[in-house]
Amino acid sequence: MKDLKSALLLFVFLTILLGGIYPAVVTIAASLLFPHQAGGSLVTDGSGKVVGSLLIGQPFTQAKYFWPRPSATGDFSYNPLLSGGSNLGPTNPELIRRAKARVALLRRTGVTGEIPADLVFASASGLDPHISPEAAQVQISRVAKARNMPVEELQKIVASHTEMRQAAVLGVPRVNVLALNLALDKVSP
Amino acid sequence: MNIFDWQQTTLFFATLLLLIKPFGTFMVRVYQGERTFFSPLLRPCENVLYRLCRIESTDEMDWRRYALAMLLFNLVCFLALFTMLLSQQLLPLNPQQVPAFSWQLALNTAVSFTTNTNWQNYGGESTASYFTQMVGFTLHNFVSAATGMAVAIAVIRGFVRRRTQALGNFWVDMVRTILYILLPIALIATMLLISQGVIQNFSPATSVTLLEASREVHIPMGPVASQEAIKELGTNGGGFFNANSAHPFENPTPLTNFLEILLILLIPAGLTYTFGLMAGNTRQGWGLFSVMLFLLIVSFAALHWAETVGNPQVTALGVQAGNLEGKEVRFGLAGSSLFAVATTATSCGAINTMHDSLTPLGGMVPLSLILTGEVVFGGVGSGLYTMLAFAVIAVFVSGLMIGRTPEYLGKKIEVREIWMAMLTILTAGVTVLLLSGVAMFVPAAVASMANPSAHGLSEVLYAFASMANNNGSAFAGLNGNNNFYNLLGAFAMLAGRYIPAVAVLAMAGSLAEKKYIPPSLGTLPTDRAPFITWLLLVILIVGALTFFPALALGPVVEYLTMTGGN
Repeated sequence: MKDLKSALLLFVFLTILLGGIYPAVVTIAASLLFPHQAGGSLVTDGSGKVVGSLLIGQPFTQAKYFWPRPSATGDFSYNPLLSGGSNLGPTNPELIRRAKARVALLRRTGVTGEIPADLVFASASGLDPHISPEAAQVQISRVAKARNMPVEELQKIVASHTEMRQAAVLGVPRVNVLALNLALDKVSP
Repeated sequence: MNIFDWQQTTLFFATLLLLIKPFGTFMVRVYQGERTFFSPLLRPCENVLYRLCRIESTDEMDWRRYALAMLLFNLVCFLALFTMLLSQQLLPLNPQQVPAFSWQLALNTAVSFTTNTNWQNYGGESTASYFTQMVGFTLHNFVSAATGMAVAIAVIRGFVRRRTQALGNFWVDMVRTILYILLPIALIATMLLISQGVIQNFSPATSVTLLEASREVHIPMGPVASQEAIKELGTNGGGFFNANSAHPFENPTPLTNFLEILLILLIPAGLTYTFGLMAGNTRQGWGLFSVMLFLLIVSFAALHWAETVGNPQVTALGVQAGNLEGKEVRFGLAGSSLFAVATTATSCGAINTMHDSLTPLGGMVPLSLILTGEVVFGGVGSGLYTMLAFAVIAVFVSGLMIGRTPEYLGKKIEVREIWMAMLTILTAGVTVLLLSGVAMFVPAAVASMANPSAHGLSEVLYAFASMANNNGSAFAGLNGNNNFYNLLGAFAMLAGRYIPAVAVLAMAGSLAEKKYIPPSLGTLPTDRAPFITWLLLVILIVGALTFFPALALGPVVEYLTMTGGN
């Protein structure tokens, strides 16, 4: 009986401490120290309008933009409210069908040679904001043609938007697609 | 593995190794009520909590009372969460106006969070309110972790103490775990995660028009970081978002990935040292640790290899090798593989990679790690006590072989200990095989499979393995939100959590009453390489004998299908 009372009381006070005070304290600390990150790393375009979050990918399809990875988020690609992967197993015929369709699309837009794997396989979150530097490379000629820009200039912009390994060791080099496309719109609206 | 994969993997294990001794020592001091760095600040809080909750901190409990207190507290937590899930539409902090859970889903979810499983038959961002996430789930992440650690400490006391019934005080162990260990680390980790881009706010989803102006989307918001830190640290694994730690708002950079994997392994690894130190011989702890580390590294190498080779059917289309389906670019294959093995070796179950889309042999690695009974580091606390049960079995079997009375840490291992150890080890395995078998006969259960043939069997096997071993990760294609998986899953999670927990406490109670037998010439040294190797073999043999047929029909058949027998 004594232990039941302790159980109930401990539950109540731990709820206040861990479910109330702890999240409240870190929320306040975050809003003072890291307001941009805590608020979702939102970015604006040239006119100051919020166009998305640097961490959440967008479903670019126009030729003048770099394209992201395939996404399997429910009813439309890159739906931020339905994060998730395709969950297709490696021998599922549907996986092979999607890969074939994707390869065919990339070949039609002039991609030659070996296709970077991240452009064919859907990401885990369905919201992956990055592509590999190779995946950006193979899209340069298409974007250059659509924007009437010299390839060399695009090369430079891609290179300046390539994030290297964190602390020189962690992760892999990558390109943030939204940041890259925003930069493109700035130089060639 | 390329040079960079080697570098980050080495860096990771070096960091983990460096932390074990100081952290393990710190935990011993905490549980023995000695002075620590935090004492000046936290000792008063601790005493206030005892007074408020009518806890007599010097009150020692025997194993029955300890187990009863543990069960009572978990029952209270379960009922509270169950009620909260059924009424979240009436509660505050629900800007997206999500409705209540159905009772079946609420039952499954409440059991899931209470048992430290955190299996999720729902998508976080679309189903749970901020109140549910913050007050309900975050609290359970702390208390279910603390429950496991408290039981583990009581079991260690059972080995160490002599001729007594006292195993400590459950309430004191809980309070100390939370105040001195979980909360400080969670606070620091939360702030680090936020600095890297994990969100922490109470705003409703932000509506934005895409740069291409093709449509308007809603970017989800919420108190994510405060839950993320304890989700990893407490080996809970229930994600704020459906994509879990693959979501850029939960795990935005390679550094957060590194940190999250470290948090997952920190306590289970540190507890091996805590065990050795409390047992008076740190080599005993390092012995258990080396078995765990060996299995983890072998698993990592196997998974990394399988994913690097990738899917030959896709490579044949002119695509670069390497399976990136269900993986995020920023983590790379090393960061994805390391997370996948860490989260399934421990009973965490958070994911940064979709396990359903791993290659057949790659997917068999996390599945096998779960099926070995979560002893490769395992859940916080539960990993250690299950490993100790394995050690007892290993001592017993080797004792039979050399014709000596089995002893472990100076305690005679007798009938009662063996019964309890067997119960601890076999409960989950039996549950997995029975329920997976039943599922094959239930049309609704089969219809939930998202992938055809052998892979579908792997999905069901993984689901019950994950629930019965309190892991919580999934081959997520399986649609688990129906009566079959919600209800039988809840049963599997309860059985897999509480039968072993009570059984090891009973074992500890019986061990604590025994007298200490000093080692003699006839004693098998349990801190030397031969025994450590033997322990490893026992774990592998038990796992292989139990699950080989099921694994052969699932992942192995699928591998042969994928490679076309080549």
